[in-house]
Amino acid sequence: MEQDQPATDCKLDQMSQGIIGKPISRSEGFAKVTGTAPYAAEYPIENCLEGVLVTAPIARGKVTSIDVDAGLEMDGVIAVVEDERMIARPAQGTAGEAPVQQPRQVCYWGQPIALVVAETFEQARDATKHLAITFDADDLKDVPFDPHQVEPESQESSSQGDLAKAMNDAPHSIDAHITTTGHASAAMEPHSAIAEWDGNMLTVHSSLQMLNYNIAELADSLDLKEDEIRLVSRYVGGGFGSKLGVSEETVAASIAAMKLNRPVRVVMSRQQVFQCIMRRSETSQRLRLAADNDGGLTGFGHQALVSNLPGESFAEPVLQSSHFLYGGENRLLEMDVARIHRMTAGSVRAPGEAVGMPALEVAMDMLAEESGVDPVELRLRNIPESHPIKGTPFSSHRLAECLKQGARQFGWDGGSRQPRHTREGEWWIGTGMASAARVHNISEAKARVTIKADGTAVVETDMTDIGTGTYTILGQIAGEMLGLPRDKVLVELGDTQFPRGSGSGGSWGASSVGSAVFVACEALRKSLAERAGVAEDKLKLKDGAIQNGVSLVDLLEGEDLSEEGHYEPGDIDDDYVAASFGAYFTQVRVNHFTGETRVERMTGAFGFGRVLNETTARSQCIGGMTWSIGAALTEALHFDPVDGHLVNCDLAEYHVPVHRDVPDLQVIMVEERDPAASPIQAKGVGELGVCGGAGAIANAIYNACGARVMEFPMTPDKVMARMPDD
Amino acid sequence: MRPFQYARPDGLDHATQLTAPADTMAIAGGTNLVDLMKLQVETPQELIDINRLTMGEIADTDDGGLRIGALATNTATAAHDRVRREYPVLARAILAGATQQLRNKATTGGNLCQRTRCYYFTNIDQPCNKRDPGSGCGAIKGIARLHAILGTSPQCIATYPGDMAVAMAALDAKVEITAEGDKGRTVPVRDFHRLPGDKPEKDNVLEAGEIITGVTLPGPVEGKQIYRKVRERSSYAFALVSVAAVVAMKDGRISRADLAFGGIAHKPWYDPRLSELLVGEAPSAALFDKAADLLLEDAQGYGENDFKIPLARRTLAATLANATGVEL
Ligand SMILES: Cc1cc2nc3c(=O)[nH]c(=O)nc-3n(C[C@H](O)[C@H](O)[C@H](O)COP(=O)(O)OP(=O)(O)OC[C@H]3O[C@@H](n4cnc5c(N)ncnc54)[C@H](O)[C@@H]3O)c2cc1C
Ligand code: SF4
Repeated sequence: MEQDQPATDCKLDQMSQGIIGKPISRSEGFAKVTGTAPYAAEYPIENCLEGVLVTAPIARGKVTSIDVDAGLEMDGVIAVVEDERMIARPAQGTAGEAPVQQPRQVCYWGQPIALVVAETFEQARDATKHLAITFDADDLKDVPFDPHQVEPESQESSSQGDLAKAMNDAPHSIDAHITTTGHASAAMEPHSAIAEWDGNMLTVHSSLQMLNYNIAELADSLDLKEDEIRLVSRYVGGGFGSKLGVSEETVAASIAAMKLNRPVRVVMSRQQVFQCIMRRSETSQRLRLAADNDGGLTGFGHQALVSNLPGESFAEPVLQSSHFLYGGENRLLEMDVARIHRMTAGSVRAPGEAVGMPALEVAMDMLAEESGVDPVELRLRNIPESHPIKGTPFSSHRLAECLKQGARQFGWDGGSRQPRHTREGEWWIGTGMASAARVHNISEAKARVTIKADGTAVVETDMTDIGTGTYTILGQIAGEMLGLPRDKVLVELGDTQFPRGSGSGGSWGASSVGSAVFVACEALRKSLAERAGVAEDKLKLKDGAIQNGVSLVDLLEGEDLSEEGHYEPGDIDDDYVAASFGAYFTQVRVNHFTGETRVERMTGAFGFGRVLNETTARSQCIGGMTWSIGAALTEALHFDPVDGHLVNCDLAEYHVPVHRDVPDLQVIMVEERDPAASPIQAKGVGELGVCGGAGAIANAIYNACGARVMEFPMTPDKVMARMPDD
Repeated sequence: MRPFQYARPDGLDHATQLTAPADTMAIAGGTNLVDLMKLQVETPQELIDINRLTMGEIADTDDGGLRIGALATNTATAAHDRVRREYPVLARAILAGATQQLRNKATTGGNLCQRTRCYYFTNIDQPCNKRDPGSGCGAIKGIARLHAILGTSPQCIATYPGDMAVAMAALDAKVEITAEGDKGRTVPVRDFHRLPGDKPEKDNVLEAGEIITGVTLPGPVEGKQIYRKVRERSSYAFALVSVAAVVAMKDGRISRADLAFGGIAHKPWYDPRLSELLVGEAPSAALFDKAADLLLEDAQGYGENDFKIPLARRTLAATLANATGVEL
């Protein structure tokens, strides 16, 4: 189906099984915690060779020679694969075509240029360190690494009215410059693949988020047809955007397997994952807010500078939610991208809002202080009726509700916001809040649902479950629609032999592929109703039987019933702006002497359409809030100024929050149905938790100790430097 | 990882013989060495596995102190009853380091000898005088966030990254070292690590064929013991700056002030002048300032780590305030 109209009456609410939305634990959880769920590199494939990528220790230039013969002399080495088809960068999310190939052209430090294949992993790894390679390296003086040192290109620019004048005329205005550092996805499972070639068919077990695009990217890279490739990705140990596109190890393993006629496994080292997979761009942002006496926005300006390699279409979409979150007649939104030679920038956990929203929310906090309006009230006053420029209505909008419910549960009292109000020993204690917003993404998806003659059902799609709960919720949707308990529905994912799903990314998996499953189930219900001789809307299915007591098994009379559901977004997004919203409230303590900050408690209230499973949705919110803590306090990529290489390339030196950094996180899921978002009235939740939370923490730091830090992450040195003297 | 030989010595003497050749290395918990071998930062031809030697004991010494065997794990040391009661600064320093899993494997000897976390040291495609003498120092012009502000040299600005040894320096512990033919020696922890000078490849005074057998702590002393570690996240991060303090008061005046610092130098930093300055004085903000002036007299930042100078000052003041009961 194509969705052109809001789906106001959703069948999911009229069914009898009663499992939709219920807090059901992940169906694959047991396999994962017992270590029996195989990840890409763990398939026991016989006769498998081990490949290790060779990377370039130069920032830009050409590989002039690789001494393959000498390489082959090394212990255990079977092949040194250098091939023009190897990819030099990972594919961007949803590219659907090969990324930059020709690995002999080096564009960033650490770029893969060849693959050594040996009998053992240790032999291959050792050989990569001793391979004789010559380079024609460009003079580092000519290679830009710093986004501020090049003339940027304009990526987007829109304006309305006269922001400068509004700033001038307004009784209250804020002009804030805020920076964020680069981030890494930092998924636990490294990028890895095992490729097998039988002369006709290439089978690759790989750790990927979007098989429906990845198969096209791999086919294009290898000059194969899609029907000559099978990709399998049943379990993915975290992706966070870094596995949206096919990456270097998968293409290299495939080429090697086809050349050598033996299976080849390639697993990136942790350092390689950091150095040649997508980074989130650092950003420099300028926020200008002009407001009347009551804090009503009259001007709204958000400008950003981000970076990427030459030739990349992706630019961190910093302004994404700034377009519609708050009003203000005079608007200026501009984004530039600097072409520099750090590794590829791409999607990392909520691209755009994860860094744009915290900056905006710091500026809003400054405006609250400047105008004397309570921060919650300030946001409530500035929620627009419709899209501030286009005038399009919102499909459904729960920001106000989130702000109110969050404030109530957290105990936000709307009282004085004077900083430095509470000190316990060395620690300043303060509170802060921020809004959350994330655009609603949705994509075409297919899924096949079969009711088997034995009364169980099977859902099949090449959709992936990257740890978020997709297996579980698809089973809940099918079970609800077909009147089956969750354990009577087998969900099969992560194999391109199944119908094309949507892939996991941009928080769109649940609503996109969930809708495909829903559509298939609607068709199945029609056939069942026909067989039962009742109208479809009168058909009641529960626990494997219809209302008159006849079981599905009897109704099917030994036959399987199968339908493929095909969901397409349609043109409904011309008529509505759809987004998920939320609010964060947090209390932090900041050490007066050292600037160390610890989050003491945090409440998040989120509205993201239908909750398909309370447990998995809550877990997504908690995960997002945890990343908010990372973005606020610890996560930063550090690049060498001389050759642009990433210096902190492991999990000891790239600091994601550890357990001790994360307090008990309170999550409120605000009741919402969004009929225009998807046929199942669901929107995305995966990324929402990281779309502004760092701003709440920054605002709490200010409220606690009076240090208004303008650089994320707010490590002790930065907080200490801004700590007011007594 | 390069291919290497592996040997298990029969006893300590045998171990010292086996570790005498230049290309051999002892392996204890392996939590530092194996990581560095995978990166080919360390490339021993032969690994001498000392884990079966009986050096794990923690025992009282005749003069009322405590001897911690070289193979005692960090977990065992931190959990030892006397360590917790009489040397809490040591227990806290150990527990402030790494993770439970790592501490279960990490040993006293290995912890003392752990190598710097300098980003350029661990990346063999970058210049580093410590790893590859004469190749240059990548950090001086690069990202020196983790790096030293005291006792640096133009060749190397790395820090000793550990916590345990900082507490041991404050406690004035001694490292027991043995060599082939029983030529033992004892070196104060305060002198065990070196400054980089023009030989940054040498972290400490250990010579080839020498093995650490244990560390002895002198008898317990009066006073408050504090280990304070400033870091970017609350666990599983190395110190930006740390302070180990053993401070006693008598009649309103400081009667003992043994202070050592981590994260700011190529060794646990112990400056005897601090004790001289502080002892006999009444504690005050002004006095702590003077102590910081003295400590940081020759401090030099390298851009990214400039913040360590004020951070060390503030951490010192906070620690002294805490130890002496002064409100700042
Ligand atoms: C992710 C991570 C985080 C960490 N965080 C911290 C931290 O916050 N604070 C901290 O202090 N430490 C930290 N560590 C370091 C950890 O404490 C050390 O790795 C550990 O103490 C080393 O002990 P080991 O027994 O495993 O040494 P090994 O790795 O076995 O050996 C290390 C070195 O010591 C030598 N050696 C070992 N025993 C002897 C001996 N008896 N005589 C002579 N030489 C010997 C070896 O030859 C080798 O050169 C961290 C480590 C990791 C991996
Ligand atoms: S600081 Fe020392 S360890 Fe780091 S690169 Fe320079 S020489 Fe090497």
